[in-house]
Amino acid sequence: MRDWNTKGRDRQARLEAGLRFATGKIVAAQDLVAFLEATLRPGDRVCLEGDNQKQADVLAKALAKVDPAKVNGLHMVQSGVVLPEHLDIFETGIARRLDFSYSGPQSARIARMMFGGQIELGAVHTYLELFARYFIDLTPQVALIAAVSADKDGNLYTGPNTEDTPTVVEATSFGKGLVIAQVGEIVDRVPRVDIPADQVHFVVDAGRPFYVEPLFTRDPAAITETQILTAMLAIKGLYAPYGVRRLNHGIGFNTAAIELLLPTYGERLGLKGKVCTHWALNPHPTLIPAIESGWVEQIHCFGSEVGMEDYMRARPDIFFTGPDGSLRSNRAFCQTAGLYACDMFIGSTLQIDLAGNSSTVTGGRVAGFGGAPNMGSDARGRRHPSAPWLRAGQEADPDGPPPLRRGRKLVVQIGETFGDGNAPMFVERLGALDLADKLDLDLAPVMVYGDDVTHIVTEEGIANLLLCRDKDEREQAIRGVAGYTEVGRARDRTMVDRLRERKVIQRPEDLGIDPLDADRGLLVAHSIKDLMIASGGLYRPPSRFRNW
Amino acid sequence: MENLRYELSTTKPAGGTRAVGLVGVVASGNLEVLLERGEAPDRCVIDIATPAHGFAALWQAVTADFAVRMAAGGLRITINDGGARPDTVALRLAQGVHLMEKPE
Repeated sequence: MRDWNTKGRDRQARLEAGLRFATGKIVAAQDLVAFLEATLRPGDRVCLEGDNQKQADVLAKALAKVDPAKVNGLHMVQSGVVLPEHLDIFETGIARRLDFSYSGPQSARIARMMFGGQIELGAVHTYLELFARYFIDLTPQVALIAAVSADKDGNLYTGPNTEDTPTVVEATSFGKGLVIAQVGEIVDRVPRVDIPADQVHFVVDAGRPFYVEPLFTRDPAAITETQILTAMLAIKGLYAPYGVRRLNHGIGFNTAAIELLLPTYGERLGLKGKVCTHWALNPHPTLIPAIESGWVEQIHCFGSEVGMEDYMRARPDIFFTGPDGSLRSNRAFCQTAGLYACDMFIGSTLQIDLAGNSSTVTGGRVAGFGGAPNMGSDARGRRHPSAPWLRAGQEADPDGPPPLRRGRKLVVQIGETFGDGNAPMFVERLGALDLADKLDLDLAPVMVYGDDVTHIVTEEGIANLLLCRDKDEREQAIRGVAGYTEVGRARDRTMVDRLRERKVIQRPEDLGIDPLDADRGLLVAHSIKDLMIASGGLYRPPSRFRNW
Repeated sequence: MENLRYELSTTKPAGGTRAVGLVGVVASGNLEVLLERGEAPDRCVIDIATPAHGFAALWQAVTADFAVRMAAGGLRITINDGGARPDTVALRLAQGVHLMEKPE
């Protein structure tokens, strides 16, 4: 007779082993290492919650201290590899295999450890893709998660940084795994229940808040005039003609410039209410002036941002907030929203090749993908029409029968032709290919594939790839906005002129943009302090951004 | 300091009547562009002083495009460079030409 509940029995055994260190569900912080040694088994699949922003840092430190003779060979399945401890466990043998999405601050070390054979790589995913696998073939046996507070029953309040937690807990708890939460404090009653107690097995009082990284704060003082010019091109050459109301912005300075030009340049062009009304977006402080001047109707957030909590609480019409008043973010839902309900993604990149493939890999860094590949891709499963989506579809296939023609999401790459340290944004060969060779990867880490990209915006102009009819046109359209990079200087001038006549390439002068407007005076805010003032003092910038 | 001079044929004479224009600042990664009149209407002369050596080919490319794309005929342009990237140089030159078209 087959046993149909081996997973449930396995969890029961872990629960009983853990209960020796617990009072009810509460585990004392000083017992944490012994508790983990009792509940983890060699070879377990473990999700150590490392999100884009919030980190289960106390659990990460404890996991790094377990005895590798007792707990070893773990298979880590987590979206963010951010803290040093996330990689320390691979050096000591506590963990062996890794499936992840994003490794920003650890990108150089992770590449070295992969090359040195200390990390056995499963794959680098997008967020949504890794979340999907939590429910299919990467279901965690143990999840180590982070929340703001818990009550004695184990109900959790995650605060504005809910991020990945509901998804991780759903997969783990209903997949018969064990959920262990670190919380900043134990309270009588949580402000709202983000995770119900019956999905949480143990709670550790960390005695302090989890670590959060301010990732989305861009100082207006650092925006250059070239970036302002690219932002003007995007607003006048893309947002206006397509009428883009539902969109997602990346986190670079070019898109920050767009946000700061809406109340000035956008207003002058009469676009208020016609573009940028509905967003899938992290709470960017640079969007505050546009929100305050009535541009924005609604924003759903992947995560939160340090210092934006009180501002969002005071703007409940705009943000998704709970009965307690604080933001409820949710990365899985917001990624889905960006994929299916937005008509445009616009973001910066580090390298674009002649086919339009782009990558943020440079040198020996494996930075992962995060959410950009989902935002920056055409959702083939989309079925609802909208004006920008239909127009883009028509430009790509003007002769196709309209009722059978797919629309297209606008996927826009924006940047200056030369980036930091004078590195050219346009290259003949992506650095990602060298990395794939070196690490023997099946796939080069491409952030946005060329066949998904619809437009490239640089200070030299806009290339509309939807209007290109073959590979040569596409290559020359890209070269035609590549400025004075080697790729740009090797253009076929005659062909680029023809593309310009067909409006495949549009220069600032073709769009009636006065270069004298590309001035910092056009930004609605010039500093972090201006953003704070625009928020009526509700935005509280982190100390590192305060220079007054 | 490297000094470069380009004497270029232009496609369009500069507009406006402003005698002198100045855009930009001398700062790291930036440049100052002084525009004056006095050349023949189908000609533009550009003098460059730059601290970065070995970029003559780039300067030539940027200034040649400028002379073809912009209404620069009749202008005498002096550039005091602070190591600006070509995209910044092209932007400043375009700004300078537009400034000359505006009333003083």
